[in-house]
Amino acid sequence: MAFDEMSGEASAYGTHVRESYRGLARWLAEAPEGLLQARSRQAELFFRRMGITFAVYGDAESSERLIPFDVAPRIIGAAEWAGLEAGLIQRVAAINLFLADIYGPQECLKAGVLPAELVLTNPHYCPEMQGQRPPRGIWVQIAGVDLVRTGEDDFYVLEDNCRTPSGVSYMLENREMMMRLFPDLFADYPVRPVETYADMLLASLRACAPEAAGADPTIVVLTPGPFNSAYYEHSFLADKLGVELVEGRDLFVDDGKVFMRTTEGRQRVDVVYRRIDDDFLDPLTFRPDSALGVPGLMAAYQAGAVTLANAVGTGVADDKAVYTYMPEIIRFFTGEEPILNNVPTWRCREPEALKYTLAHLEELVVKEVGGSGGYGMLVGPAASKSEIETFRRRLIDDPDEFIAQPTLALSTAPTLDRNGELAPRHVDLRPFVLSSPEGVKVAPGGLTRVALKEGSLVVNSSQGGGTKDTWVLDV
Amino acid sequence: MRIQIDHATTYAYDRAARFIIQRLRLTPRSSEAQQVRNWSVETDVDARLRRSEDAFGNIVHTLYTEQPTQGLTVRVTGEVITSDTGGVVPPDQETLSPLVFLRDTPLTRPEKLISVFASEFSAHPPLDRMHRLMAAIHGSVAFEVGVTTPTHTAGEVLALGRGVCQDHAHVFIACARQTGVPARYVSGHLLRRDTEDQEAAHAWAEAWIEGLGWVGFDPANGVCPTDRYVRVATGLDYLGAAPVRGASYGGGGESLAVRLSVRDADVQQRQQQA
Amino acid sequence: MLSRTADALYWTGRYIERADFLARILEATIRLAAIPTRGDGDAETVWASALACASVPKALGRSPTEKSVRDFLAFSPDNASSITACITRARTNARSVRTALTTELWEAINGAWNGLAEQGQPTRRDDFTRFLEWVKAMTLAVEGATSRTMLRNDGYYFLRLGAAIERADNTARLLDVKYHLLLPEGERVGGQLDYFQWTTLLREVSALTAYRWVYRDSVKPWLVADLLVLNRQMPRSLASCQTSIVHYLELLAGDYGRRGPAQRLAADRMRRFDNSRIESIFQAGLHEYILAFLAENGRLAQAIQDQYLA
Repeated sequence: MAFDEMSGEASAYGTHVRESYRGLARWLAEAPEGLLQARSRQAELFFRRMGITFAVYGDAESSERLIPFDVAPRIIGAAEWAGLEAGLIQRVAAINLFLADIYGPQECLKAGVLPAELVLTNPHYCPEMQGQRPPRGIWVQIAGVDLVRTGEDDFYVLEDNCRTPSGVSYMLENREMMMRLFPDLFADYPVRPVETYADMLLASLRACAPEAAGADPTIVVLTPGPFNSAYYEHSFLADKLGVELVEGRDLFVDDGKVFMRTTEGRQRVDVVYRRIDDDFLDPLTFRPDSALGVPGLMAAYQAGAVTLANAVGTGVADDKAVYTYMPEIIRFFTGEEPILNNVPTWRCREPEALKYTLAHLEELVVKEVGGSGGYGMLVGPAASKSEIETFRRRLIDDPDEFIAQPTLALSTAPTLDRNGELAPRHVDLRPFVLSSPEGVKVAPGGLTRVALKEGSLVVNSSQGGGTKDTWVLDV
Repeated sequence: MRIQIDHATTYAYDRAARFIIQRLRLTPRSSEAQQVRNWSVETDVDARLRRSEDAFGNIVHTLYTEQPTQGLTVRVTGEVITSDTGGVVPPDQETLSPLVFLRDTPLTRPEKLISVFASEFSAHPPLDRMHRLMAAIHGSVAFEVGVTTPTHTAGEVLALGRGVCQDHAHVFIACARQTGVPARYVSGHLLRRDTEDQEAAHAWAEAWIEGLGWVGFDPANGVCPTDRYVRVATGLDYLGAAPVRGASYGGGGESLAVRLSVRDADVQQRQQQA
Repeated sequence: MLSRTADALYWTGRYIERADFLARILEATIRLAAIPTRGDGDAETVWASALACASVPKALGRSPTEKSVRDFLAFSPDNASSITACITRARTNARSVRTALTTELWEAINGAWNGLAEQGQPTRRDDFTRFLEWVKAMTLAVEGATSRTMLRNDGYYFLRLGAAIERADNTARLLDVKYHLLLPEGERVGGQLDYFQWTTLLREVSALTAYRWVYRDSVKPWLVADLLVLNRQMPRSLASCQTSIVHYLELLAGDYGRRGPAQRLAADRMRRFDNSRIESIFQAGLHEYILAFLAENGRLAQAIQDQYLA
């Protein structure tokens, strides 16, 4: 039975309420009938008017859709958070050390922490970065770590997003919406603010600027453009940071330095918070057909004249195959036991693991190593016979491409259902972790995604998931 | 041998380009097998040239023009003294593990045809396998200019059965990797017996053989490189070792012309003395 | 400000202005075509001149019809400068720099674009005329939102600059197509038909009433030309457009602390306006004058492009 974050068990909400949710329960008991539903409708109206939408890939209409917002907050107590935060800081610190090592001396490969081949032939490993040290030595300035919970003290990391993690705009917008909808609730609850995220990020990016940039580095957000599904977030972040939102064609490289074209002439750029994949960054180094990037950007980057956040080649750290070695990586680089669990994983590239996986397809979740967004994934217990057989064939054909994990009993949190009642629905959590020479920091909150369908474990927005505001309590 | 190289690439633009940036991999590195002398890189317009080295150990010049330009010629000249190493590349400061050269690239991805073609050789030990592979590609892909473009993949070339040296190298690399042998692309120059003036630079491949190191294979000619070969740049495929990759701003369409002469300097000297 | 942002604002201004101009041309042409004709070819000539005003004289081959011209200038997907294309492009440009616009201005532009679908592509003449009315109302709404809500900074200047350059171009082309009407010599000058054409020309640029206020005279060709070329009270005259161009370029130069080729070119042309009289323009040839103006406007637009937008 799944763990429910309000009641401790998954059943209709009754008398037992866990500490962190007591205030909410009290408030709900006093609230007039239908209040949540009314607020929910109001929220949708606000979001639509502000145009907070995302484009769905492969949608025939290619329409801009609204991600459903659930008005019931997901609440995490101070002590629970303290453990999570320590675990996240440890993990992201280790990831930065890992990347510095992989692109440097490769001690961890020599020591056999993970197979060299797995890293060096990994599509996300970037040979062009070998021997490079990014300005200030930080590789992953912004990480979004996907967590799930299975019990009172059991958190698991599902995925480390080390390239261009998205979703932080929802964290901020959801909070703004909740404060607008339920100001009285905030008066009773010591909720830690997430609004400081933009300041944290700005400080972090500044601290990562090349030393030559001086005290007031110029920072920009680089977007692929208005047709990208996360464009809203890009413009939102640029706005909150108070920096220019640029496209590749706004930038150019001259004499090893990056400039943006402005109406007052060229202006030097020191830090690029880029939301473009490695492959598209520089047509003179990577894909020659990329029109999104900046010709020569890598020349400037390799000369240390500009900071890219995140660094180039960080995808090798969030690869699903490398993920399985993360506990060993953490031990090797920090000398500590990992605080956060990895989900036990069978690497189908190993014959024993493949055998086990094929024998237990009905119970396992099988993921494509390169897949994302819940696509290319088999959820054994929910799959039909024919789906399982299709996957079996794919697994046998190409075992290297897959990993398998047990189906976790994801925790549930109270969520407004179609009848206007609170009902348990499965959730995950993506906190955002910022790294700079000044240290690793976690924004107190994150993006909670919720599977709105009863019993569903798929929280992806592209497949009917919604979001919630995530409250981290101060005491 | 003493090989004299004079290599000019000329870009012409429809309109004057406001600004041009190019990454040039035109300069060979000295090693035990080749000694580079009096090498110079020149442009016919005012431009900044910044020299650096990439992760593959190639010498890279980044060129930035300083004023609107209708055309741009980059000319490299110099002399390389080579020695025959029997096709084996003397160990250099290799920055990258050979494992890196097992990676697929879009131009060398293991398409079906490649796997089938390569599988015929997998039973042979690696060195033998590479020699057989070179001979087979030399026999299966006829040398013909103008039927392929730089975007043709190894599989497409093999299906077509025709191509230029760069295509032969891609097929070789894709097949070698498919059989578990690390392989890389080499761009450089070949001192030909028939002519000094050439239409384009040469390209071949190198495979990593345990115990020997990197060994050169020239599938376009069906031989291993000798002292008539000058290595200029290496990469995972053509794109990584391309002599010029550039972008121009506001120039509209562009056209490229290459002028290359590779001469035996000793012969020349003897002739002058005679 | 990013050059791309300035560029998008400048073109938003241009496209909105162009949509408005097209609506006016079409409206006036419908009116002109409705008067009794002198021969069989006249309706065609009238509609062909509408194409010429829109700078696409040869778009429809030898014999354009009312229907084909209306469709082409208003709706055709083959015409990159049809009314619908202009509104769509204005919206695309505006969307790419949404944060540089006020909500009101964005909503006005987005509203116009959304309205296109509702409006459909009416074929009946009175429905079509209502469509043109709607277009004019939309461009006025955009104008109002711009004027009432936009901060007076460089973003605003670029919007305005785009509109002024476009308007100068449009007025000049309109004059060029109709200049033969204004030439004092010719066979039938002064007839009933010419009178009607002159007034229609004035109507196209909403200047019929203005004419009477300014000149307190019956409609005379050289005065019509004077109004549209040199009169600074008339917002669509070449001189007025030029005044706006100079004004916004000077504001930009002031903000940025730097004058460039665009300012010099514009100021130079302004000085020539100051010394111009309509008589001497007629003497040297109105057509030649307009051609020179158009070429110069093109150079000025290019200078703005090079200096700020590229």
